[in-house]
Amino acid sequence: MLETFNFRVIVEYLPLFLKGLGATAWISLVGLIGALLVGIAACMGRISGWRALAAPVVAYIELIRSTPLLVQIYFFYFGLPSLGLRMSEYQTGILALSLNSGAYMAEILRAGVQSIPQGQTEAGVAFGLSYLQRLRHIILPQAIGATIPPLLGQTIVLVKDSALLSLISVFELTRASQLMTSERFMPAEGFLTVAVFYLLIYYVLKSLSAWWRRRLVHRRA
Amino acid sequence: MWRFYFDQLYQTLPFFLKGLWMTFAVSGISLVLGTLLGFAAGIARASRYAWLRYPLHFYVDVMRGTPYLVQIFIVFFIFPEWGIQMTAFVAAIFSLTLYAGAYICEIVAGGIESVPPGQAEAAKATGLSPYQRMRRVILPQAMRVILPPLVGQYVLIIKDSAIVSVIGITDVTRVGWLTVQRIPEGLMVFGLVGILYFSICYPLIRLANWFERRMCDEGARL
Repeated sequence: MLETFNFRVIVEYLPLFLKGLGATAWISLVGLIGALLVGIAACMGRISGWRALAAPVVAYIELIRSTPLLVQIYFFYFGLPSLGLRMSEYQTGILALSLNSGAYMAEILRAGVQSIPQGQTEAGVAFGLSYLQRLRHIILPQAIGATIPPLLGQTIVLVKDSALLSLISVFELTRASQLMTSERFMPAEGFLTVAVFYLLIYYVLKSLSAWWRRRLVHRRA
Repeated sequence: MWRFYFDQLYQTLPFFLKGLWMTFAVSGISLVLGTLLGFAAGIARASRYAWLRYPLHFYVDVMRGTPYLVQIFIVFFIFPEWGIQMTAFVAAIFSLTLYAGAYICEIVAGGIESVPPGQAEAAKATGLSPYQRMRRVILPQAMRVILPPLVGQYVLIIKDSAIVSVIGITDVTRVGWLTVQRIPEGLMVFGLVGILYFSICYPLIRLANWFERRMCDEGARL
């Protein structure tokens, strides 16, 4: 199996892989920021208790969660031009990624906010704090700690999902291996190397999440 | 123009239903096999044998740490190099089963670990065999924790099965991709594809939510 594995080709193509890794990191970072913004907005809309706002947000979340990301990517990629919107593959991909992850982030944030007992809000009201002050000083400091691990979990999913952008010819890590494979016809070297890179990102994020969990327990104790 | 394309799309509807059937077949077979694999791996991972636990940890990490797209490329393009030939359909099911098995393994292991150790000890004291302990005492209690995320995981796997379209399996996603080459109305074509997925996944999500509520209630009653 491995005796035919050609490490020299991997070294030769290392700059391409590193460029792909950088592109994946960049796309994931921008996608993450977009997803957090969408998620915070959707979460606030959903728990606002204002039906006209909550209903469309719920519809958005359920629609995203019930359809595959690949279909969403194609929907935007093939669909936006017919609306007269011209976007680059990068923008389309990041848009799809942000909207997709945003729906999951919204649910995670909602679970975090709702895990805080009602009495906390009531106490804030009794102190005469405004809505924003309650959010800033009472709800968020408590909610954020517990939501960081699931948010990091969603970030791992986001990084892996960004591989799908290679299918609309966005250059990133998976695309780099496809390029190498088509030039040299060595799928084993290309795809296995890329898998190792993804695994590295996964382990970094996973240990970050574990570290935060430990810290959380210490702080509570 | 929209009207014209709509009629065309309506005519290709049988093609979409065929694709839907393919999605059903691929994800259904993989889910059944993946559940079997996941339960076996999960029970082994929750055991006290390190030589079972560590390789399974690694398997789960590899499956969860790499994109499914890369996994299916590895199975479909590299395995033939190593002398393992398979058709696209078999490759899709093989890779999706391995992928599903890893996630289900984690869910099952988590469920088993949530059962208090006193239960297993009591069952042992009653003289039940290891198989009986698992089958009659531990799993029935663990199922309460396992079932809601398991159904949720099924939804994720069905959605991930869209990725098998890249190796030429004509599932709904690929039918949409082929259709959009002739009917250049992406919103309409992939709107339809989305509706078809929605009709499968949304009821399952509701089912998972229902399980979750019911299991919580039962827990509270204890």
